Order: sequence, then C-alpha cells, then structure tokens
Amino acid sequence: MSGRGLVKRIDWITVFLYAFLVFIGWINIYSTTLTNPEASIFDFSTLYGKQLFFILLSLGVIVFVLFVETSFFERFASIFYISSLVLLIGLFLFGKTIAGATSWYDLGFFNLQPSELAKVTTALALAKYLSDIQTDIRNRKHQLYAVLIILLPALLILPQPDPGSALIYFSLFFVLFREGFPLYYLGILIIVVVLFATTLMFGTVWIGIGLGTLTVLTFLFKKKSTKIPILPLSIALVVAILFSLSVNFVYENIFEQRHRDRFALWLSLEKDENKLEEIRKTIGYNTYQSEKAIESGGFFGKGFLEGTRTKGDFVPEQHTDYIFSSVGEEWGFMGTTTVIILFSLFFLRLIYVAERQKNDFYRMYGYGVISILLMHYFINIGMVIGLLPTIGVPLPFFSYGGSGLMFFTLLLFIFLKLDSNRLRDGI
Amino acid sequence: MKKLLLSSVVIIVGFVFISRLSYLQLFSFSPDQTLEDPAIKAIYDYPERGYVYDRNGELLVGNQPAYDVMVIPREVQPLDTLEFCRLLGIDKEAFISKMKKARTYSPRLPSVLVPQLSKEDYAGLQEKMRHFEGFYIQKRSLRYYATNSAANVLGYISEVNERDLQNNPYYVAGELKGRTGIEKQYEETLRGRKGVKYIQKDRFNRDIGPYKAGKLDTLPQQGKEIRITLDKTLQEYGERLMHGKRGGIVALEPKSGEILAMISGPTYDPALLVGRERSRNYTKLHYDTISKPTWDRSILAEPSPGSPFKTLNALVALQEGVIDPSTKFRCYNGFYVGGTKRGCHCGGGMRDMNSGIYQSCNAYFAGTFRKIYDKYPTTDEGMDVWVKHMKSFGLGGYLGTDLPTGRPGRIPDRAYYDRAYGDNRWASSFIISNSIGQGEVAATPLQLANMTAAIANRGYFFTPHIIKSVGNSGSINPRFTEPRYTTIDRKHFEPVVEGMANVYKYGTARWVQIPGIEIAGKTGTVENFVRINGERMQLTDHSVFVAFAPVENPKIALAVYIENGYYGARYAGHIASLLIEKYVKGEITRKDLEKRMLEKTLEHEYAKPYSGEPFKINEYVW
Repeated sequence: MSGRGLVKRIDWITVFLYAFLVFIGWINIYSTTLTNPEASIFDFSTLYGKQLFFILLSLGVIVFVLFVETSFFERFASIFYISSLVLLIGLFLFGKTIAGATSWYDLGFFNLQPSELAKVTTALALAKYLSDIQTDIRNRKHQLYAVLIILLPALLILPQPDPGSALIYFSLFFVLFREGFPLYYLGILIIVVVLFATTLMFGTVWIGIGLGTLTVLTFLFKKKSTKIPILPLSIALVVAILFSLSVNFVYENIFEQRHRDRFALWLSLEKDENKLEEIRKTIGYNTYQSEKAIESGGFFGKGFLEGTRTKGDFVPEQHTDYIFSSVGEEWGFMGTTTVIILFSLFFLRLIYVAERQKNDFYRMYGYGVISILLMHYFINIGMVIGLLPTIGVPLPFFSYGGSGLMFFTLLLFIFLKLDSNRLRDGI
Repeated sequence: MKKLLLSSVVIIVGFVFISRLSYLQLFSFSPDQTLEDPAIKAIYDYPERGYVYDRNGELLVGNQPAYDVMVIPREVQPLDTLEFCRLLGIDKEAFISKMKKARTYSPRLPSVLVPQLSKEDYAGLQEKMRHFEGFYIQKRSLRYYATNSAANVLGYISEVNERDLQNNPYYVAGELKGRTGIEKQYEETLRGRKGVKYIQKDRFNRDIGPYKAGKLDTLPQQGKEIRITLDKTLQEYGERLMHGKRGGIVALEPKSGEILAMISGPTYDPALLVGRERSRNYTKLHYDTISKPTWDRSILAEPSPGSPFKTLNALVALQEGVIDPSTKFRCYNGFYVGGTKRGCHCGGGMRDMNSGIYQSCNAYFAGTFRKIYDKYPTTDEGMDVWVKHMKSFGLGGYLGTDLPTGRPGRIPDRAYYDRAYGDNRWASSFIISNSIGQGEVAATPLQLANMTAAIANRGYFFTPHIIKSVGNSGSINPRFTEPRYTTIDRKHFEPVVEGMANVYKYGTARWVQIPGIEIAGKTGTVENFVRINGERMQLTDHSVFVAFAPVENPKIALAVYIENGYYGARYAGHIASLLIEKYVKGEITRKDLEKRMLEKTLEHEYAKPYSGEPFKINEYVW
C-alpha cells in the first residue's frame, strides 16, 4: 500500500476535528497546570509538558496504526480480546493501586491501564463476532454471546473498583441496537431507569397512582379500532409496581451511604437543608466547585490564564476529569458551546463515516468507537456541569493523561484506517 | 430508526448540555462576581475619617485609636484565664461565651473578642499580650469628640447593616457609616474612599500573588475635613442653659443663613455613642420615649409658633395695604368671634401696630387678620394670598437645609380645612386662631429662627445651612448663597421691627434687657395639649421667643422654644437674651439671669402629667 494513496483516502475532516479537540484540550491543561509562566512548554517536569509529550507519542500511535495491514485488526480481534481479559484478571495479582483503585500495571516508565486497552479490544471483538457470517442477531443465544462479550470486561473492571470505566462498556449496546438488537430492550432499559429515579423522588405510592392513571387514560383515549392486550398490560403494570417496591429495598439495604448521598444530591432527595449542605460540602464538593467555576465564566469567560478559580486550584482534579470547567471559566459560554458543537460535529461525522461502510466489520467497529467516545463525553461533561452524579471518567482528547489519550487515539485511528480501506476490500 | 438512533442521541445530548451551560453561564452569572469569588480577596486600606471644625476653626470631632482584642481560636494555647479576664476587664463567663462564639464563627479566622479597648486599658494589656497565644490586638480608629455638646447636630457613625449593604455597593460588612447629623449628611466627604488591593488566593486561602497584576487595585482617598457653621462656644453655652429643660433653640446668622447654634434639650454627650458602651448607651437613649434625647427638637418639633407669628400677620396686612401702622383696633381685654369672646392679656384699650406688637395684643391681630381676609370676596381667595405670603418665609414646607432630617411645619391652606371640615363647611371664625399663631399653624424652631432672620434682613433670607467649608476650598453649594426673597416689600418691615424692638424696651420682655445691645424680639406663650393614656390634657404653656440683634445690621437671629416654660419672656426670653449677649459681646453682664437659667429646671413640670394625680398648670413659680 502506498503512503500517498493513504493520505488521499483518510477522512481528513475527522482528523482535523480530532486535532482541534486535542489542541484545545492541551491549551486548557496548560492553563490549569501552569505554575511558572517562565517555564518552556517543552519542560517535561510540568504536567502540560508531559501532556505535550503524550501528544507526540499519540502521533507515533497514529503512524503505527496507519501502516499496519488493515486485516490485522480483524484477524486478531479475538486474540486481542482474550489477552486483554487476561490482563484484567492479572490485575488482581499484580495490579498497582492508585487512588484506591487497582487498575494499573507498573511498567516503570509508564502505568498501563488495561481497562483502556480493553475498550479497544472489546469493540474489535464485538464487531468481529457480530459480523461473522454465522452470527444471527435475532437468535437469542447469539444475543446472549454478544452481551457477554460486552459484560465480561465490565464485570472484571467493576471490582477494581472503577465503576466509571465499567459503565463505559454498556455504551457498546448501541452497536447491538444498530445491528438489529430489538429496540424494545432499550425501551425497557429506559423505563427501568426512569422508574428507579422517579420512585426515589416520589415514592412507590405516587408511582402506582401515576401508572394507574396512565393506563386508564390509555383506555379512554384509544381509537376504537385498536385493541389493547389486557393481560400483558396488567402483568406489566404489576411488574412495574413490584419493581418500584424493590427499588426502595435496594436503595435502603444494598446501597451504601455514599451511594445514597450521591443520589440524594443528584435527584435533590434530601430535604433537610443542613444535611444537604453537608453532602454538598463533601461528596458534592467537586461538582459544586466546578459548577461555580463554569458559572463565573459568564458569556465571554475571564480570558486565557485569567481564571481565578482555575489558578487558585479550587476545582479538584481539574486537569483530568474536570478539565471542562477550565474551558467554562476562562472561555465562557462561547468556549463551552464551541467545544460541545465540535464534539457533536465530530460524532456526527463519525456516524456518517460508519454508515458509509460496506464492510459490516468496519461499520460495527465504527459504531463501537462512537459509542465509547460518546459515553465518555456524556458522562464527563454531564458530571462537570452538574447534571449527572460524580463518576470518574475522562473527557476524550481533553483530560490530562497519557494512557487515556493514546488509547482514544488508537481506538479512533484503527477506525480511520479501516475506513481508508473501504473502497478496496469493502464487500 | 436504527441508523438515526445514535445521531439523535448526539444532538439531544448537545442540546441538553448547551441548555445547562446557558443556565449556568448566562442566567446564574452575576457580573459583580469579583466580590463573591473565593479565589479573590479584597484587602481594604481605610483612610482616616475627616475632622469636623466649628466656624472659628475649633475642633469638634476628631479621631482616636481604639484597640480590638482579636482571637484566632485554633491558635489559642492554655492560658491563665483569670489573669487575662482581669486585664480585659470582663468576667470569666463572658470570656467563655465569647470564645465559644468565636469558635462557632470560625476556628481559623480572627474574631473580635473584646472590641474597642480604651488607650488606658490597652497600655496595661500590651505588655502582657505575648503570654496569650492566639490573641492579638488590632488597632482601629474611632471618633473622638472635642466637645460634649451638639450630639444631634454632629450625629454618630455605626456599622453598616444589611440594608446599607444592599443599597450601596461601596460598603462591605463591618464598615462604619454616618447615621445621623453631619456624619450622615457629609458621609462621602468625611469618609473619603477606601483603597483596595485584590489578592489571588488558592483553595487553602494562601496568597498566590496580586489579581490581574494589580490592575484593579486603587489607592485610598483621604477623607476631607469640614468646617461647620456652629459656634462651639455658643452651642455649649446654650446647652448649659437648657439644663433640665426640654425644647429647641436655633440661632442663625441672618446675612448668610449659617446656623450658629442648634440646640435640643435634653441632649447627651456624643462620646456616649463611641466605644464599648455604645450599644448600651444607645439603647438607653433611644428608648427614652418621654424625654427623647435623640429627637432633635430644634428641627423636628412642630409646636404652634404662638405670638411671634403675629409679626408676619402684621407684615402681610401692610403688604396687602389693608392697614397702615397707625390703624387702631380696640381691645376689650379680648375680642369677639361670632358670639364668643376670646381673651387677651395686653391690658385692653386702643392698640396700634407698635403697641399691638410689644404688648402682644390678641385683639389687634385678630382684627388685622380679618382685614386681610375681608379684602377678598371669598375666604378661599384670602386664604390663598395669606398662604403664599407665609410660605415665602420658609414656613409650611421643607426649608432645603443640608441637615439630613427636618420637618415641614404647617401653614394650613384651603385643602387642609376642606379635609378637616368638608368643602365649604368652614369659615373665617374657624381660622382666626392662626392670627395669633395658635390653631393649626405649626413651625419648627428652625423655621421660626429663619422667619426671624428674614425680618432681620428686612425681606429676604438665605437657606439655613450647617456647612461652612469643605477641605481647603471655601466653596459650598451655591443654593446656600442665593438670597430667597419674601413677598413683603422692604419698606413694610420697619414698623414691625420697631414694635419688636419695643418688646424689649417697654413690652412683654422688658425684664430681660441687655445693656448695650439693641434687641428686637417677640414673645410667645403657646397653649398646648397632650394625650396620655387616651386622656387629652392641657399642659403649662410653651415658652417661645424669637429675637434678632442688633436691630441695625443684625448679627444673630434666633428662636427659642421651651416646652411648658409658661410665659414667653420667662424661660425663652431669658435664654435668648443670654445667648445674644454671649454671641455679640462674648461675656455676660446679667449674672442674675444667667444664674437663674443655669439652675432652674422644669423637671417638675414634665413630671406632672405622668404623676397620675390632678395638677395645676401655668403656676407662678418665681
């Protein structure tokens, strides 16, 4: 394969969006971690200097990926997947613990986080399994296998504990839905989540009354011609109410206090103003500081390197998970919306690129990439702006961290590599 | 559907994020965030508050250092509590409760343990302070009063409250602000402008350098000193004369409208509202609802003016051409209104303007008043003219002084009587009392003094004011240097002034003559009523006196109003004469008068209505 052909076939729009996001991310890491304005940006003792180094390493990753034979990724997907599972299991024996989570291998110069690697391999493995000529998505057994491919790494990551990363794997269900997984599964999932949240907020009694009213209304306003199956509907109603009852039990008896506190804060469950204040100061502290920092940016922001809260280090973990708050403070609403729009364009472009694949494996892998990145983006920004409870997940291309940046790059560029090949062997 | 699922998720998520961000950054955003930002700390540099001097450059108000004992609870080491309490002059319980309060506020931040130690207490404490870790002394500036008088004129300062903070963004909690008097009126002049330094803080509250390289920092602007028009000597003397009496005195310089003295009795030492005992003293003064020491009677009391008001009716009648100075009215030891007789104690007989004024004949002025109204076809029109003339003397409305408080008094007009009695349900007999300054007319002592100044100037006055000069420049608000002309022509004043001069020579105040000074004055004896526990009772008459001196080229015009002092000449006349002599000559020749005034009190009069027993009024006491 000639290099020149590759340059022509690669999707440059995605590459530019990627580069732009990485650049904005680094600017904000620079502002967040700057302590001595005199120092060079190539000073590798500083965090922004290190991040610059990681960006250069990512360039190496890109070059490597682009020059590897395309079929390599498909052919060895299963092996990659199994090896990453082994690596995840190995953490229980040889893992290095950082900040309470045993998620790393200490490679001396570098801490490897296998859960990051496993995102790539799981996406590959899932695409490979689903695109197999013998796999039928309508077959229950095959559905189960697909789900297992997704859940295995998640289950191994959960006890590290790293619920954030584990949660990311669930985004791969989007791939299943795209490929014909019945959509009502998604419907059921949404209903379960809504029931869970509303039960916590209003209590089972009101949920029962609400559902009952809804049912009655359905019967009253239905068209004469439509027939509603009465038995399944009543069973569903009973199940919903039972579920609602069980939510209370789970919440009170299985959840720990720290979990309950997060929900209390998120859904404004705590009515006692003093207790709420207490929760805000402890569990909600990060979110509170990050919201305040964003709010104080106003429309235009305080300007590059002028963020007082950023400078004063008020937002904990600002250069990693809370990097978006620095955008909010220094670049204001203009900056935050720009980033949101860039991300949205980036995702829409990727979806477009995925959809144009003739090769099932390429498309499915593309969907895996989009789902994983989108989930990160959704959870991270949702948390930073106070819409979601605190879940530690980095913002792709933005957050400080070599391992994160390189695996996101790997994830993305494998897809771009596949895409560049679509006309050649897309059958 | 399958293909659109993810795209719609992307768009919905983006939309939700942008909505949330606009809520945070557009709707919750407040532009004065620098003040709320925990990362920025403003450090203020307070300029010294400006001094206040009297018209002769005598210091009235200065500053003195005070020493707050501060505590940082976390740094406190075990200490000899009893010894410490002894040094601070507080008891152990108070110490423990204050420490607890400080700790509740914050263990890490300083709180005031004992505010405003005097210099003497501080001297004793200073040497031993190093034994008490976690405590330190913070110096601050308090007002110092070089006089124990003029409390209501000077006013006081106190800490800003919630309302001030909301209304004026300049102030920060804990700062001081002028509350009343000059301190309030000239707050911004005296205060200056504090300087501010913004410091960038990190989350551990450590300084990490200036905010925006100090671009927003400002230097303090010194408060300016001001000179006020009061004459310290006259003011202090007047307050001594008011000992044991309630009432108000205002003395003006007619040729400038400057307030020479503004006295309210009872008063208090302004130093009471400074320092540690401030709040206790304030409570005591504020809740004394019977003698009301914080209520400045010189500008807030609105009694009926009484007989001094007759001089204005004479002027109006002359201006309207309804009488001339020789026009005579007969006094039947009173006069008849409709079928009823109203009394007069001038002695009776034929009265012209001169004797009408110096004997204060009620019948003469009732006749004059009638003539003014008879000139016009209807009472309504007569009243409009009369009100216009009266108001031109600064009565029945705010004068526009530079005092932060005041009252308009009352010149009743048609609308007033229509409200009181109904349209066309009243007639001239209803209003005849106004001819002698009783009835519905009301004026503050300041208005009476100003009216007298207008007579002394023969037809104009300057808006009374308290400011003499600000800082080094002599200029004051130009509205205080514009003469305000009355509606009476200059030529009509001489006969009235002559009558007023004769008040001293032959008339109602002949017993209080001052050798060597020609004084023109007018006595007033004002009936008054009070409602106590729902029962209306008449009290001993108020003693009122207005005067100016010398008759030619007057230097001082004043009004004295003494509650329940009986005859005008008795208390008010005495006090007015003494003040005039003090101001014009600088020394007192009538030591007998002075002694009597300094010693006599009216406390027995003031106690009467509250004794719960029947009492006599208007008793002869000396």
